Amino acid sequence: MIRDITLGQYYQTDSVIHRLDPRVKLVATFVYIISLFLFHNFTGYLVAALFLAAVIKLSHVPFQYMVKGMKAIMFLLLLTVVFNLFLTPGETLIQIWKFTITKEGLKLSIFMAIRLVFLIIGSSLMTLTTTPNHLTDGMESLMGPLKTLKVPVHEIAMMMSIALRFIPILLEETDKIMKAQIARGADFESGNLIRKAKAMIPLLVPLFISAFHRANDLAMAMEARCYRGGEHRTKMKPLHYEERDTVAYTILVLYLIVLVVVRNIGFLP
Amino acid sequence: MGIIRTSKLIYEYIRRDEEGNPEGITRAVNDVDLDIKPGEFVAILGHNGSGKSTLAKHINAILHPTEGTVWVDGMDTTDEENVWDIRQRAGMVFQNPDNQIIGQVVEEDVGFGPENMGVPTKEIWERVEESLKAVGMYEYRKYSPNKLSGGQKQRVSIAGVLAMHPKCIILDEPTAMLDPNGRKEVIRAVRALNQVEGVTVLLITHYMEEVIHADRVIVMDQGRIELQGTPREVFSQVDRLKSLRLDVPQVTLLAYELKKAGVALPDGILTTQELVKALGDFAYASH
Amino acid sequence: MAIILDHVNHIYGGDTEMAVAALKDVCLTIPDGQFIGLIGHTGSGKSTLVQHLNGLLKPTGGAIYYNGRDIHDEDYNKKELRSKVGLVFQYPEHQLFEADVFSDVCFGPKNLGLTKKEAELRAYQALRQVGIEKEYFYQSPFDLSGGQKRRVAIAGVLAMQPEVLVLDEPTAGLDPKGRDEILDQVAKLKEETGITVILVSHSMEDVAKYVDRIIVMNHGSVMFDDVPREVFCHYRELEQVGLAAPQVTYIMHELRNAGLNVDPEATTLEEAKAEILKALGKR
Repeated sequence: MIRDITLGQYYQTDSVIHRLDPRVKLVATFVYIISLFLFHNFTGYLVAALFLAAVIKLSHVPFQYMVKGMKAIMFLLLLTVVFNLFLTPGETLIQIWKFTITKEGLKLSIFMAIRLVFLIIGSSLMTLTTTPNHLTDGMESLMGPLKTLKVPVHEIAMMMSIALRFIPILLEETDKIMKAQIARGADFESGNLIRKAKAMIPLLVPLFISAFHRANDLAMAMEARCYRGGEHRTKMKPLHYEERDTVAYTILVLYLIVLVVVRNIGFLP
Repeated sequence: MGIIRTSKLIYEYIRRDEEGNPEGITRAVNDVDLDIKPGEFVAILGHNGSGKSTLAKHINAILHPTEGTVWVDGMDTTDEENVWDIRQRAGMVFQNPDNQIIGQVVEEDVGFGPENMGVPTKEIWERVEESLKAVGMYEYRKYSPNKLSGGQKQRVSIAGVLAMHPKCIILDEPTAMLDPNGRKEVIRAVRALNQVEGVTVLLITHYMEEVIHADRVIVMDQGRIELQGTPREVFSQVDRLKSLRLDVPQVTLLAYELKKAGVALPDGILTTQELVKALGDFAYASH
Repeated sequence: MAIILDHVNHIYGGDTEMAVAALKDVCLTIPDGQFIGLIGHTGSGKSTLVQHLNGLLKPTGGAIYYNGRDIHDEDYNKKELRSKVGLVFQYPEHQLFEADVFSDVCFGPKNLGLTKKEAELRAYQALRQVGIEKEYFYQSPFDLSGGQKRRVAIAGVLAMQPEVLVLDEPTAGLDPKGRDEILDQVAKLKEETGITVILVSHSMEDVAKYVDRIIVMNHGSVMFDDVPREVFCHYRELEQVGLAAPQVTYIMHELRNAGLNVDPEATTLEEAKAEILKALGKR
């Protein structure tokens, strides 16, 4: 069930986007999301759409694959649209019973929907084209300056990558324990909320015990392999900026400039 | 002096009841003297709770002796300064394959040890390549560990230790959670390391078939060394092994039963071929 | 009555391109009171097969009948089925969760809607059946040894008083002592209560010693289904699919090739010993 969600799961293929330094992709995603809230006119959307389309094209990730992942958040999207549609005050367009749709509401909900879609596609593009390892490496490196503020940057990154490694294992284990308890007559489905919550105990207790057990084993295995935190550590796959990363940063800056220009001299309302 | 040496090693821990009050003291390892020579393949046998895993953890400086001393490559394990050197020289492979792989890609996991040791990037890659090749997992280097079988995962774990260029490897029941094919794979890889690369191996197991090829077998019970010798010497003491609640390869057991029934066979038969030959000799002699 | 599997298929991930057929056209009849060994290497489909027996998995094709009724009929009581076909998973000790041994074993019978008294009675019986002494009843299950934990977990299923007991690799990861204890207890239970036992295992030596029928699975299909001695005759084929006959089978064949007049079909140590002594003219 949980495994069906494809939203943002790494899509293995080779493309210039895949090969970009994770730091570039992290920064670009961040900048792109902010840029979506910079403009309020149609041209701005056009520029953002063109930019996104170009990146999708370059990433070699099939567009359909992304759309399939979007289904999971369709509800959220609809909710936003409906709220904006009916709850924005302004010039009345249509009135159905107690609900009024205003011109402003219509405009806002359309823009909001587009923004959300762009935002989701934009950020899932990052996870679709970057392996979790690369992502954590990128974060560790970008957060590097925080080390001076005593933020345990390396430890946070290590925790993230261990979590990612163990999620599939624990999911499988959940499935197994659940089945084992069902075989003993447990019922996880019927009853009210309190009964359901109570029914989770036979699942959660073994799961926690197993997780602690694994954590203990893993800590020992890491120590046995000379792990002692981020100090004295070298990297097997250190991050290096290449020429293409410089190019990518340049394009990103150009995109921002274009947007700012469009924002100020937008010719369409 | 041997690469691993223990002298009068004792390890005790305090048993506690549910409220955390001490209930008593358990002596998990009791007066163990060990001397393992470089290049040796030593197997430690014993049922669960016999102290064999506790002993192993001392060699990697995960546990420290209550009394006595452990030296790895001449270094005392209680000396804080030596800990990282010891862990590099005496690598350790554990029982559960899932709980010791840290990387999300095979090659990254193998590189974890060298990364921790501060090995330069270029050399890490060389070490990862040679280690994966040594255990026959090189073509899986880009795989996610979750996609591998138990035997393959254990071989990756062995490669991970190998990449640290240890002088000896301690394997703590590496096959206990594997199916028969996985078990064979792992033992084959371990034997190759010992014979081809000359790595000292300390294999802890309760599967008798796995110790037949060892240079020396040590049987532990209640924290003590009960028996010690070549596999043939140890397996010739079927009654003793049975009383220690260990079992014996079926061939050895059959030979032992036949001998008890009056067939004159040599002691400690370990393989089918030996039994067939011995029975042939016996049949020839009695006709 | 019996369990009947009628052309059972199971495909994982059926609607994706990664579909894997875990079971292919499996037809089996499991009559009451048999002791069956289910053998196959990892990924042969044996774990998938046993999860069909109590309705945890639904076949993607074919049907399963328990005592003459299709278990996937709409009005079929699945909960009752799960109490009749008790399934002990691999590493069952991982499912223990109660604060003490006795309560944990009570979990199954309580779920069946039995009274507290009845549930406790069953738990008591089940714990005795697996040889757990009274002194352990009120201890935390997590303080027990590996072999004991496993026996408590098995008792947790036995307390539902199943008619069929399925054990998925009950000895995995145990030492020889723990292994023999569990298998002996199961054999004793079988003898005393006459329930059907299905033992999933990797070890031919273990299986040969106890069962009266062996089902060998390979790539999701039934490869052999016969008495042990017949199945082990195919030891060359077993090897090809990553399995092996017990060591004695090899010894007996080798001896015969070497000219000793023994019956190569001996499957246990006792049989082999008797055969060799006979051939040597000792008896």
